[in-house]
Amino acid sequence: MKKHALWEASLFELIRRTSVDLPADVEHSLRRAYKSEKKGSRARWVFETILENVQKARENDAPICQDTGSLIFYFQVPLGFDTNFLIAATRMAVARATRLGYLRQNTIDSLTGESCATNIANGAPTFYFEQCARTTVDVYLLMKGGGCENVGRQYSLPCEELDAGRDLDGVRRCILDAVVTAQGNGCAPGVLGVCIGGDRATSYECSKAQFLRKLDDRSPVKVLGRLEERILKESRQLGIGPMGFGGNTALLGVKIGALSRLPASFFVTISYMCWAFRRRGVLLSARGGFKKWH
Amino acid sequence: MALTVPKKLSYPFTAEKIVPLRAGQFVLLSGLLYTARDRMHKYLFDGGKSPVDLTNSAIYHCGPVVIRKDNQWIVRAAGPTTSLREEPYLPRIITDHGIRVVIGKGSMGKMTEQACMAGGCVYLHAVGGAAQVLAGRVTAVKEVYFGSEFGPAEAMWVLEVQDFPAIVAIDSRGRSLMKKVQAASRSQWRQLIADAPFEA
Repeated sequence: MKKHALWEASLFELIRRTSVDLPADVEHSLRRAYKSEKKGSRARWVFETILENVQKARENDAPICQDTGSLIFYFQVPLGFDTNFLIAATRMAVARATRLGYLRQNTIDSLTGESCATNIANGAPTFYFEQCARTTVDVYLLMKGGGCENVGRQYSLPCEELDAGRDLDGVRRCILDAVVTAQGNGCAPGVLGVCIGGDRATSYECSKAQFLRKLDDRSPVKVLGRLEERILKESRQLGIGPMGFGGNTALLGVKIGALSRLPASFFVTISYMCWAFRRRGVLLSARGGFKKWH
Repeated sequence: MALTVPKKLSYPFTAEKIVPLRAGQFVLLSGLLYTARDRMHKYLFDGGKSPVDLTNSAIYHCGPVVIRKDNQWIVRAAGPTTSLREEPYLPRIITDHGIRVVIGKGSMGKMTEQACMAGGCVYLHAVGGAAQVLAGRVTAVKEVYFGSEFGPAEAMWVLEVQDFPAIVAIDSRGRSLMKKVQAASRSQWRQLIADAPFEA
């Protein structure tokens, strides 16, 4: 039991902080977007409200957004580490964070419609583990709300409707279509996580893993880096603006990854993360003690 | 796209106050709001009885984070949820109950526009994700209905608010703020994809 306690405390702190404190790179990007909108415009007012909200969440030690989302945990652990133990400790931390109002009771039984009091249920939360030659544990948490989850899309190339072929320009057409289709509905300005390739499931997984990247980085794959930049630039010309009220900023970032594919399949998968981009990473010792925030 | 001087409105939201509002206008609401989201909409749509008289009221598409402390409800976070999911249900509910104000986020469909026109109702857009700013405008939790049946996120919370900020997204003439943006962005998209293709 004592062994659980340290882990539970560290993981609870990770959840609390993810829920109430937006990462610095996201806040910085929101500030820049605020300045890029015209004085006295509706778009600027939205950013004012957003920035005030970010500040207040921190001060009030309360969730940035009431939809505390799906909890997606990414663990990197030493070889042979007991991951079942980590799942148990994380679940305890999730239940406590829910009890204390850092997480909403946000888990619904799909068959009965019943609300789950702990947020621990079939498929919730989600865990990914990677074993590496290391002695410490890295944990990243994404909290992704349902509003932005609903505007994610998966395209299959070629796509006649968009006149999109099986090449990177076809990919560009799909991504821009997803932005126009989403409008402000996923709580724009959002961040796109994109995967080119994979199968239906792995493509979505890879698109979400893009959200682990910092907003100011660029894909190490040169051609993807160029595509990210171009789409971000073009998104500004769509005039969608925050909340779809009109303005310059439709997106805060575009992150693209790629997986291999089968000859017959060519998926382009887009996950949309709202402006309340809750992402935190922490380095823990092999006993679960806090070492540092990422 | 300039932000207008805020129009202050207080409960009850009578036709005289609501019908003159225009899409794009900035408003500040005071008085009672009733939260209602997916389950509440389906329930009312299916003919379920509302626990309160909703005539001239405002419903808020919101599933707040609420905790119980010292025998009191405390709203920890209360931003809007996506309203479009209620499109199949909302028009009938507006008509049946005489609701005048619907607060949520995101665009709505034709049926809601028509219901706003027919019922002298408006759809207001609050800033999505602004759960702390908006919870800060809640001055009291008056009551909760269907708490155990629907769960806390889906229950009907009766919230008293002061200067709750929102933008008129659909007015009672059926005009929509976001529809214009939508049309313009789609035509811009057509131009962008006709531009120089992306070369690998």
